[in-house]
Amino acid sequence: MLNASLKQLSGQLAQKKISSVELTTECLDRIKRLNPEYNAFITVNEEMSLAQAQTADALIASGRSGPLTGIPVAQKDIFCAKGWLTTCGSKMLSNFVSPYDAGVIERFNAAGAVNIGKTNMDEFAMGSSNETSHYGFVRNPWDVTAVPGGSSGGAACAVAARLAPAATGTDTGGSIRQPAALCGISGIKPTYGLVSRYGMIAFASSLDQGGPMAKSAEDLALLLNVMVGFDARDSTSLQRDVEDYAGELQKPLHGLRIGLPKEYFAAGMSSEVELAVTHALEEFRKLGAQTVEISLPNVPLSIPVYYVLAPAEASSNLSRFDGVRYGYRAESYTDLADMYRKSRAQGFGAEVKRRILIGTYVLSHGYYDAYYIKAQKLRRLIAQDFADAYQQCDVIMGPTTPTVAFNLGEKSGDPIQMYLSDIYTSAANLTGMPAMSIPVGFGEKRRPIGLHLIGNYFREAQLLNIAHQYQQVTDWHVQSPV
Amino acid sequence: MTLTVDDVKRIADLAYIEINEDEANAALTQLSGIFGLIESMQAVDASNVEPMSHAQSVTQRLREDTVTEMDQRELFQSIAPDVEAGLYLVPKVIE
Repeated sequence: MLNASLKQLSGQLAQKKISSVELTTECLDRIKRLNPEYNAFITVNEEMSLAQAQTADALIASGRSGPLTGIPVAQKDIFCAKGWLTTCGSKMLSNFVSPYDAGVIERFNAAGAVNIGKTNMDEFAMGSSNETSHYGFVRNPWDVTAVPGGSSGGAACAVAARLAPAATGTDTGGSIRQPAALCGISGIKPTYGLVSRYGMIAFASSLDQGGPMAKSAEDLALLLNVMVGFDARDSTSLQRDVEDYAGELQKPLHGLRIGLPKEYFAAGMSSEVELAVTHALEEFRKLGAQTVEISLPNVPLSIPVYYVLAPAEASSNLSRFDGVRYGYRAESYTDLADMYRKSRAQGFGAEVKRRILIGTYVLSHGYYDAYYIKAQKLRRLIAQDFADAYQQCDVIMGPTTPTVAFNLGEKSGDPIQMYLSDIYTSAANLTGMPAMSIPVGFGEKRRPIGLHLIGNYFREAQLLNIAHQYQQVTDWHVQSPV
Repeated sequence: MTLTVDDVKRIADLAYIEINEDEANAALTQLSGIFGLIESMQAVDASNVEPMSHAQSVTQRLREDTVTEMDQRELFQSIAPDVEAGLYLVPKVIE
């Protein structure tokens, strides 16, 4: 069952060849055996998972099941789940048992899916290697001396190591796509506004978007069908007609125009990544697609713009953690202000504090126009570049990351090097466009390589179609490290 | 732009994060590097560009002025660091 697709698992559950309790037990057993090494999960709760599996089996027996009923899904520890410890990778929330469900969790529960556990992540999703987690780093299952990527590193590891058939992630600057690439799985960040942010602990509210991580594009389509939907409790949630994200999977790619931005193929990409991407593009040409060179002249500004806007929004969002109503409170303090200062100094890790300081500075009097407003202006120029590019092509492709997974500890002391891990991914967050990563090969030490696909707004079904057609003629997505 | 260690302390104070001398010095080095990266923004003239604050140009939704949330005070306070008689306790603010 480990390597089965969600469609296969769903079929076996519906035909009662396996039960959700059996499937859930198998995942829990693997987690128990392998998690001590990988550290992909922060919290596992067998009792709660098995109770959901029993409910799912009852639903299936009564003939009221859907495609994800009984399927175990690993939930990123950024999604509040009622009765579950929800830490967001931080000491600040080390005692936070959520009193409510996030919109995404509600939708999975309504679909009859099983929460198989809460996955490890960079603290408050701030990181590209999963090394900023208060709960320790996660190992890459392809090479345990390498990082899994981040911030959804636990989710990527769990799917790659077959601890769970599917997982959720969130993506603010690449946090679904980069770990998906480094762990050799598939992941999609939908158009901003499609997946509810209610109960998804906020990092940078104008950039954050939840999405699925799984073995294949077909699996992602089934997960998206559950995750996407209007939620009145998220003020930026979009009201749209229900769409079947698996609806276009079988469409041939003949005539598809793939835009290759010259800025993404410039210096900086390693030769093994370039080779794998070149081979993938060759496959797409064989499938009937054509490639056109395009230019996104302002895209090199994505990283500086991102590292103004994301910390600015984070410094505002994280001001709620003050040790008063929930979360960590320092043990000793002199007065209220001292309680805030000590609780926040002790409850946040180094990277989170660094970003709060950057954000506080760029929003402070005298610097607001020069940094924050300037970055918002450049954000529009970047978005305009993409709008222009989609006049010439249907989809944009390039590498997801400049290199394969780096070694644990290799970049953790150098924030700037770490930030540059998001060089290809952050533009899709700034523009709000959908983007995904699929596995297209391996580099040295069998570390995976990802292809990055960026679509126009609301073209998730097309991205999944393009990825699915590639996965029909290649087998990178079915390879596993275990 | 050159940051000083006093700037770092001032920002930390604004952000309500306690910081000691060593931490402020370490933060100064790292923040200076990051602002060096950010500084590349200034080379582009965007004076006539409208700032983009959001990925979608949508207007704020309004809702009916009706009660939608239930009272869950006990549940919410069950995870609070310090409560008494339904109130969150903090150090005395007014003498």
